Amino acid sequence: MSLQSRGFPADDVYRGLLLAAATTVFLVVALIVFESARGAGLSIRTFGWGFLTGTDWDPVADRYGALPYIYGTLVTSAIALILAAPVGIGSAVYLAELAHRRVGAVISFLMELLAAIPSIVYGIWGFFVLAPWLRNAIEPWLIHHFGFLPLFRGAPFGIGILNAGIVLAIMIVPTIISISREVLLATPQSLREASLALGATRAEAIGVTLGAARPGILGSIILALGRALGETMAVYMLIGNRAQIVRSLFAPANTLASVIAAEFTEAVGSIYLSSLIEMALVLFVLTLVVNALAGLLVWSITRGMPARAIA
Amino acid sequence: MTRTHRIGKRFLGGTLIAFAIASLVAGILPVSLASAETVNLTGAGATFPYPIYSKWFDMYHKETGVQINYQSIGSGGGIQQVKAGTVDFGASDAPLSNARLKEMPRNVIHFPTVAGAVVLAYNLPSVTEPIHLTPDAVAGIYMGKITMWNDKRIAAANPGIALPGAPILPVHRSDGSGTTYIFVSYLSDVSREWKELVGANTSVSWPAGIGGKGNEGVAGLVRQTPNSIGYVELAYAKQNNFAVAHIQNRSGKFVEPTLASTTAAAAGASAALAKDVRTPIVNSPAPDAYPIAGLTYLLVYQEQKDGAKAKALRDFIAWAISEGQEVAEGLDYARLPQPVVQVNEANLMKLTVKGKPIVASK
Repeated sequence: MSLQSRGFPADDVYRGLLLAAATTVFLVVALIVFESARGAGLSIRTFGWGFLTGTDWDPVADRYGALPYIYGTLVTSAIALILAAPVGIGSAVYLAELAHRRVGAVISFLMELLAAIPSIVYGIWGFFVLAPWLRNAIEPWLIHHFGFLPLFRGAPFGIGILNAGIVLAIMIVPTIISISREVLLATPQSLREASLALGATRAEAIGVTLGAARPGILGSIILALGRALGETMAVYMLIGNRAQIVRSLFAPANTLASVIAAEFTEAVGSIYLSSLIEMALVLFVLTLVVNALAGLLVWSITRGMPARAIA
Repeated sequence: MTRTHRIGKRFLGGTLIAFAIASLVAGILPVSLASAETVNLTGAGATFPYPIYSKWFDMYHKETGVQINYQSIGSGGGIQQVKAGTVDFGASDAPLSNARLKEMPRNVIHFPTVAGAVVLAYNLPSVTEPIHLTPDAVAGIYMGKITMWNDKRIAAANPGIALPGAPILPVHRSDGSGTTYIFVSYLSDVSREWKELVGANTSVSWPAGIGGKGNEGVAGLVRQTPNSIGYVELAYAKQNNFAVAHIQNRSGKFVEPTLASTTAAAAGASAALAKDVRTPIVNSPAPDAYPIAGLTYLLVYQEQKDGAKAKALRDFIAWAISEGQEVAEGLDYARLPQPVVQVNEANLMKLTVKGKPIVASK
């Protein structure tokens, strides 16, 4: 699309409107940062950097520290990615390369359905369906076979880091599938034809396509990670809400977003409220840092690749 | 915000239009045509008493035409709005501490409206009789010190009941709540260790157990996890037929949580309440009192700015603590005992407009 105008006022108006739209995003982000920083002012002045490394969250003594929440947020998101990425990329490859068109259409439809389910419904499902299942079957099995790892020790409650991670994985899988599939479909047909013509097997040809689509697939994972980091309601219902840093995946933990949802309404006292607002700021910065790191990763992988391959 | 609609001196058509506009804009339709003006009160705060408050506001509106808009945004939000002066009254399950009172621009008076109890619901498939828990046992379980059901500190109070040799899973509320406030106030009262290490607030740093979201989250966890125990509001446990523990009160008796034993708890604490209405009513000395009980409060500025509103608010509170109490038990709230009503009546006399007491309309 070329917008280089040659003196048509309409083009200037158009450009102005688009600029305004783009500025809105900037303003909203700036306002969010400004407002949370202002609200968090008291907490920032009181605790300083200690807020980020503190492990206490004690509304009685008014001592607040975010570290267990940062930990919980990162760990649940990591579990979600570890579970969702292989499944998501696998389904995307199947849909783009192998599936019959009708099968593909059905799976795509179901996937969109999955993306449209509200997170509270995921939370209820995790609570009433997944939790008993984890408690009675999966967690005891993991303890029996992998109990030598600290990750799989402790009492199986059904509610905790593992449950939250699994539900998050289900929630972010549609993002990974839909974007990865589009990227795979966008890779030039000539790549496949050339690979096959050179005697590559189907799997090898797919490998070549995947290589070309790599940046876009990574992009889909980053988007999914963003959702996982900020997901509130489902995690709040499933993680057990205990601010602690533990190795066991069965143990309850807590996340930044879920503690805000849990405690904001009944938070009495300026420093308590201010600390909760600082949690929002921390979440914002955490998301920014994770996205920046991921962007750096994509950039380092895609250096020298043709720009059109980057979705 | 003053929403006073004068509709007395208008033509019939004009009145109708004014009515239509007023009801569209403000969402109101005054029932009583006789009153020359309707007073609108706004309040915000606690969610726990919301069912009875909305019932009261509705009844009171039908009786007097006074419109009360209430947003159940949580006690914390209610207190913030009182502080900012955006509402005529706030509502909170936890009274304001001395430090919080000082943060307020003017003196705030607490009016307890109804009492509630917090019960311990448990899931012991093999036990059919209600279990008995001593204060030490409750504190020990939530401190993480008593970890097995057949611990002798639990078993001693339950002769004849075969308690399983299974680990206890204590469940607590993860959201800040008045229910938590009542429960941890109780633990702070009965256990010095709890008071020193944990303390009382709408949220605390729990030494043990896992957290569920709201009464329904705690109840759900208890229902699906064998050998768990969790605290929920009495009304919630009653409506869902949970097995609840009988708790030993200060006079040594194991008391079943009921509305009557909750009211008894408030009555037992009335002497302390007369001195300071914010005193927790947990661990009441009354012989029939259920020990884990609390009050929910309306927060009102002592010095009121708007005369008409102040009078309406004063009249409403007087109504709520007298006639309003009649509907409390139907909604599973424990009514205020007479001594506490008297404390409220005395406090109502302290409300002023521009330094002068408000004249009662009844």
